[in-house]
Amino acid sequence: MAYEASMTEATLAGSPFVVRGLTVAYDAEAVVQDVDMTVSAGSMTAIIGPNGAGKSTLLKAALGIVRPLAGAARFWDAPLAQSRRRIAYVPQRASVDWDFPTRVIDVVLMGLYQELGLFRRLSARHKQAAMACLERVGMQDFAERQIGQLSGGQQQRVFLARALAQGADLYLLDEPFAGVDAATEAAIIAVLKSLRDEGRTVVAVHHDLSTVAQYFDHVFVINRHRVAEGPVVEAFTQTTLDAAYGGRVRLSD
Amino acid sequence: MLFDALTLQLGYNAALVALGASALGLAAGVVGAFLYFRKRSLVSDAVSHATLPGLALAFLAMVALGGDGRTLPVLMLGSALSAWIGLLVVSWLTRRTRLREDAAIGAVLSVFFGFGIVLMTVIQSMQSGRQAGLDGFLLGSTAGMLRNDAIVIAIGGVLVLAVVWLLRRPLLLTAFDEGFAEVQGINTHRLDLALMTLVLAVTVVGLKIVGLILIVALLIIPAAAARFWSDNAVRVVLLSGVFGAVSGHVGAALSATAPSLPTGPIIVLVATALFTVSMFFAPGRGVIAGMIRHARMRGRVDGI
Repeated sequence: MAYEASMTEATLAGSPFVVRGLTVAYDAEAVVQDVDMTVSAGSMTAIIGPNGAGKSTLLKAALGIVRPLAGAARFWDAPLAQSRRRIAYVPQRASVDWDFPTRVIDVVLMGLYQELGLFRRLSARHKQAAMACLERVGMQDFAERQIGQLSGGQQQRVFLARALAQGADLYLLDEPFAGVDAATEAAIIAVLKSLRDEGRTVVAVHHDLSTVAQYFDHVFVINRHRVAEGPVVEAFTQTTLDAAYGGRVRLSD
Repeated sequence: MLFDALTLQLGYNAALVALGASALGLAAGVVGAFLYFRKRSLVSDAVSHATLPGLALAFLAMVALGGDGRTLPVLMLGSALSAWIGLLVVSWLTRRTRLREDAAIGAVLSVFFGFGIVLMTVIQSMQSGRQAGLDGFLLGSTAGMLRNDAIVIAIGGVLVLAVVWLLRRPLLLTAFDEGFAEVQGINTHRLDLALMTLVLAVTVVGLKIVGLILIVALLIIPAAAARFWSDNAVRVVLLSGVFGAVSGHVGAALSATAPSLPTGPIIVLVATALFTVSMFFAPGRGVIAGMIRHARMRGRVDGI
């Protein structure tokens, strides 16, 4: 395809996130099959595909949360172990227990784990940094709140604030808009776009096809195999959607 | 008399037992809180029951070598080894088969404990080795506790607390959000094994006082009780440690006031009393506070 022909070795080396030959299987069934993915620096990419297409699994395997059968991900042409400080991961909101005894500010401070390690003391500077991240997602008034008292949208913003606290260059988000209200969705996309404008790279698993073109500049279409990849105008077409969703969705104009 | 016992003035042995029991309770409460956060409380049940075959085999080995079968450090080592094997089996079954952890725990617990009981029966029928009192490790037996035993328990407790303090950040991070922790470079599988090793250490240290059947209560109940009082993980950990220490101390003191009161079960009963009070009377998460909130809410809705 055209976008592959235009991809030079230089863009490959500079890419913050490259996946090659990734295959993941749960039991005997391959959920992700021999997937290649190349994310260009400073882009905002939506990973789209039907349910069970392996979108979340692709991210989890790339990040070592799930062990792949074959293949690997590289970040800035280096393995994950050397790139952790530059990567922020936002898991699905439903993947954690929100009755955990902790406050909003403590969750955001978890984003400083790389910096704090086992021994460094938590200082006023760290707390200020965490507060600034909460402000950026509009949650500064909830800092002392128990996390169990938050709405779904507020929980998602706290997760985003934790990722911001990492000060990463690559943001990988798993369904950041699942089950959140319109106001939160707007707030989150504004933050993500501001990250992109700062030159950082954003990759998000996304479900709502109607907002892809509005929110993102690149797409990665997957249905276990890679279906298409590239700028929205090139890769987000009726043809690629038919290939991924089996002709069940129509692209509205 | 109870006051004398509580203030360690009821004789040397009673004071040793009370100090040992509070050190054990503190360590068990703190470790138990992290276990509770990780939602793995029941693994401690498999670990504790899996100590029995090792305990019995260690005894048999010492007798075979012509010694006194009841040397505490050797018994602890044997228990630790077999509990460690039980732990690895639970971990392996859960990761490599389709068995869920609850089924794996049940299988390991019953098989190891059953095997241990068989060995204990063999030991009881033996003619030598001074096996009297070995069954005290099932439910705890403090009557013949020595100064060295108390020192071993105290050192074990301090070591456990030091390791917990060292690992507190990754432990909390993993308990809240395992995926995020993995991406931070935390090997959550190894961290879980470390946590279970701490549980194992508490179990082995507690063999003498609480016994292997009831140690699980000291790991679970203080944490569950502490959770009613606070929404702050660090405070839950500290409070759980305090509850554990108070249970150990008061339980040991109570059991010292009458000759036939067993220490382990009394400690567990004291912990249960703390749990019951917490469950009903804690502000916020307590049952009564919840009922009051509900009634107020209903009053407001009816008033409209």
